[in-house]
Amino acid sequence: MLAQFLQFAMSGLTVGAVYGIVALGFTLIYNASGVMNFAQGEFVMIGGMVTVSAVGAGVPLPLAALIAVIVAASVGVLLQRLAIEPVRDAPPVVLIIITVGAALVIRGVAQIVFGKQLHKLSDFSGDTPLAFLGASILPQALWVLAGTVLIVTLVWLFLNLTMLGKALIATSANRLAAKLVGINISFILALAFALSAVIGAAAGILVTPITFTYAEVGTLLALKGFAALVLGGLGSPLGAVIGGLLLGLSEAFAAGYLSSTYKDAVALLLMIAVLLLRPGGILGHAGAERV
Amino acid sequence: MMARFRQNRWFEPALIALIIIIIGLVLPSTYYFRIATLVLIAGLSATGLNLLLGYAGQISLGHAGFVGIGAYAVAVLPAKFAVPSLLAIFCGTLVSGVVALIIGRPILRLKDHFLAVATLAFGILIAMVLNNEQWLTGGPDGMAVSRIELFGIRIRSAQSWYWISGTVLVLAVVLARNLLDSSTGRALRALHDSEVAARSAGIDVARIKSIVFVISAVFASLSGSLYALFNGHVTPDIASFLNSIEIVTMVVLGGMGSLSGGLVGAVILVVLPQALSFFHEYEHLLLGVLMILILVFMRAGIVPTLAARWARGRL
Amino acid sequence: MTLHKSLAIAAGLLMGATSLFGGAQAQDIKVGAVLSVTGPGAFLGDPADKTLRMYVDEINAKGGVKGRKLQLVIYDDGGDAGKARTFATRLVEEDKIVAMVGGSSTGTTMAMVPIFEEAQIPFISLGGAVVIIEPVKKFVFKTPHTDRMACEKIFTDLKQRNLTRIALISGTDGFGKSMRDQCAAVNAKYGVEILAEETYGPRDTDMTPQLTNLKAKAGVQAVINPGFGQGPAIVTRNFRQLGFAVPLYQSHGVASKQYIDLAGDAANGVRLPAAALLVADKLAASDPQKAVASAYATKFQTITKEPVSTFGGHAFDGLMILVGAMERGGFDPKVIRDEIEKTKGLIGTAGVFNMSASDHMGLDLSAFKMLEIRNGDWALAE
Repeated sequence: MLAQFLQFAMSGLTVGAVYGIVALGFTLIYNASGVMNFAQGEFVMIGGMVTVSAVGAGVPLPLAALIAVIVAASVGVLLQRLAIEPVRDAPPVVLIIITVGAALVIRGVAQIVFGKQLHKLSDFSGDTPLAFLGASILPQALWVLAGTVLIVTLVWLFLNLTMLGKALIATSANRLAAKLVGINISFILALAFALSAVIGAAAGILVTPITFTYAEVGTLLALKGFAALVLGGLGSPLGAVIGGLLLGLSEAFAAGYLSSTYKDAVALLLMIAVLLLRPGGILGHAGAERV
Repeated sequence: MMARFRQNRWFEPALIALIIIIIGLVLPSTYYFRIATLVLIAGLSATGLNLLLGYAGQISLGHAGFVGIGAYAVAVLPAKFAVPSLLAIFCGTLVSGVVALIIGRPILRLKDHFLAVATLAFGILIAMVLNNEQWLTGGPDGMAVSRIELFGIRIRSAQSWYWISGTVLVLAVVLARNLLDSSTGRALRALHDSEVAARSAGIDVARIKSIVFVISAVFASLSGSLYALFNGHVTPDIASFLNSIEIVTMVVLGGMGSLSGGLVGAVILVVLPQALSFFHEYEHLLLGVLMILILVFMRAGIVPTLAARWARGRL
Repeated sequence: MTLHKSLAIAAGLLMGATSLFGGAQAQDIKVGAVLSVTGPGAFLGDPADKTLRMYVDEINAKGGVKGRKLQLVIYDDGGDAGKARTFATRLVEEDKIVAMVGGSSTGTTMAMVPIFEEAQIPFISLGGAVVIIEPVKKFVFKTPHTDRMACEKIFTDLKQRNLTRIALISGTDGFGKSMRDQCAAVNAKYGVEILAEETYGPRDTDMTPQLTNLKAKAGVQAVINPGFGQGPAIVTRNFRQLGFAVPLYQSHGVASKQYIDLAGDAANGVRLPAAALLVADKLAASDPQKAVASAYATKFQTITKEPVSTFGGHAFDGLMILVGAMERGGFDPKVIRDEIEKTKGLIGTAGVFNMSASDHMGLDLSAFKMLEIRNGDWALAE
């Protein structure tokens, strides 16, 4: 019984951690610019795809990962400069549709550059499962969990301890005031996109050995990440990760204990219930209009 | 003089009807009729969503769910329960309307992105049921839809469907226009500008939102029924998240808060992929680039932007 | 906006959309294809797309069919049945094709069938399910083995190994559901009992909860996984991760080297029914399929630099059946249909095709090989 429970929990945590990181990427951009970036899943795809290609070309994994992160960050900045900056104060739904368009573009380019096939990356430290109280865990799952903790910590440290991070928070709190104290808003917004892309790409690199990657992998991840973000409470980095873990866990437990066919339905109903009981998400404020 | 003409509530529906008639007279082949019919059917759900998104300012990322209900109503009811197709269309709209009424009240209390994600979840749930309940819906491979019979004649040609869809669309636009010109419409505009102000002006905000949600769901359901009957085959894709996004994209590209805008959006999203299929590998890439370009240079959407430019040029 | 302006724009959009793309030389014979080149079925449609292009080029370079060049018109339906139907109309109405090889999945195929039946144009589908050809539709054919045959092949193998109590884990996509139903329909005939069933979504990334439940079920002697795409590769990895010790059977839905690459070591020991194409190099020299299968595999891998799959092979078979029919009967669609039905002894990548008025696929169980994955490569299990 316990072994089964643990197995389900591990599955949920691993999958949920990825949702959480994607949601964290959403949060950074949303906080800084008010844009709900539906191309967030594409950053995850870029992270996985570029790493796979570089490793395939003989580049050692750490360097390949670095290249992938740089490529993703550049795409993030390009996206902000070319598509978001010119319409910065357009209504939210217009910005959403622009990012949907951007996702189509990134996906289209990826299909041409990397092809349409599935790709895999070797597990970082082998695929011999580790036994833990009767449950069996892949080492890569531990990499994903450790990576998530590391990313969340780094983001927290960056936002709270560095000047740039504080400038980012200031911008999201009150753009006009931030401008008045001399913060370069345009630079900060580009930074938010770059950072968010880096986080997405990191998730892609960590998770590709488990989930594989392909040009269209981002669509579903963006969807789940968006749900996790709203579930956790829009705008709170910690809430995003908690939302992701909750979503992942509810999927895994529903698959294990209830019905594998309707496991996603269970997760969705849970989400609707949470929203109706707490209209601002778990860690959000009721109503939660962004100010 | 033209300006006064344009303010008449019959102007827009009449113009749309005229365009539909003229195009219907010049289209050369079944294929063109098929594309044009798909535009009209998509235009119907876009018109409904435009009332919700463009006028009431409430987003829905799950509208394809209602399209799915309408489509499967005309597929399942005649095939499994011997309900005549016409009655099935009505059942579909009734179910969609009631569902919208039931879920609308609690869900529409949510704002912006919270509303987006709640409607998104609703749409995915519908698609999931259609996909999984194979005994009823045929599962992921879908099911055939029996042709509709009117006065003993089986309607199957794309030409007939073009005229039927055109008529329904024009009626829908007339209905929408009249709604917008009524007291409900004025309340809607107040709501769109500021919910707080609307509420303090004594408008029953929850009721208004709920009415518009139900109407837009009924339009979507109707468009789903037309699509299924016209197509003769239906799969759960019709209720997919991507389809919901497509309807929103039509409204945003064409112009939120402009009925003809939604239709122009429908033309773009239906016709463009056909034109771009020539470019094969680059199809999605080009579609994405065009979407971005249109919104960067015409952020209010095509029709409102062009209308504003035209007005500035003339006045 | 003035009235005539709006009209001009609206009409222009509609007309301009497609008028650009007419204009082929009159003497070329047009062959159509609607494939799922992108979307969740891309791994089916993409190799088929590449295969058709490279072989039509080859045929034209050698002088075409009966001295006429072939012109290929391919549309991508993105896996959407509605789009497939629109493109099918376009092929028939605008492009005036004489025949079609395509329809990557059962869903898109079934949506297009009425168009071709009505226009009386032959349609060779690449979809898997048995409903495509049962009941027989006059103008519709298919080249892949059916999912029912896959179940039968697996059950035959199970019986030989004295394994009769099994569990199913299937994808909720069209392929997985259809094959699951076929297996659940014919299992009794083979004395096989299904003890437990689980499903997973086509884009799920972890199936350990479902497999944990199957593992906990007492008496399961083997597990069958009907599905395609990345799902089966993840199932295979999770299966080994949990230390599930019974035999695992996959379906012909993973008949691509890519599956082995994705699943890695975990794939070793997995059995699946598949076309001889995958083991072309291991066939006996006397095997009639050896030459055809090896030639196709070599050409595909040389040109695309991608591992060969049976999905591209099905398109090859379809094109060859069509070309054979045109060589014999000319280019009238109705005559082509009659000639396709008369196809006898045509050696393809999936087996030897013998069509008839009652069999629009023309393959029997012998065309299926039971393969086992050993040391990261296919091997014949028999």
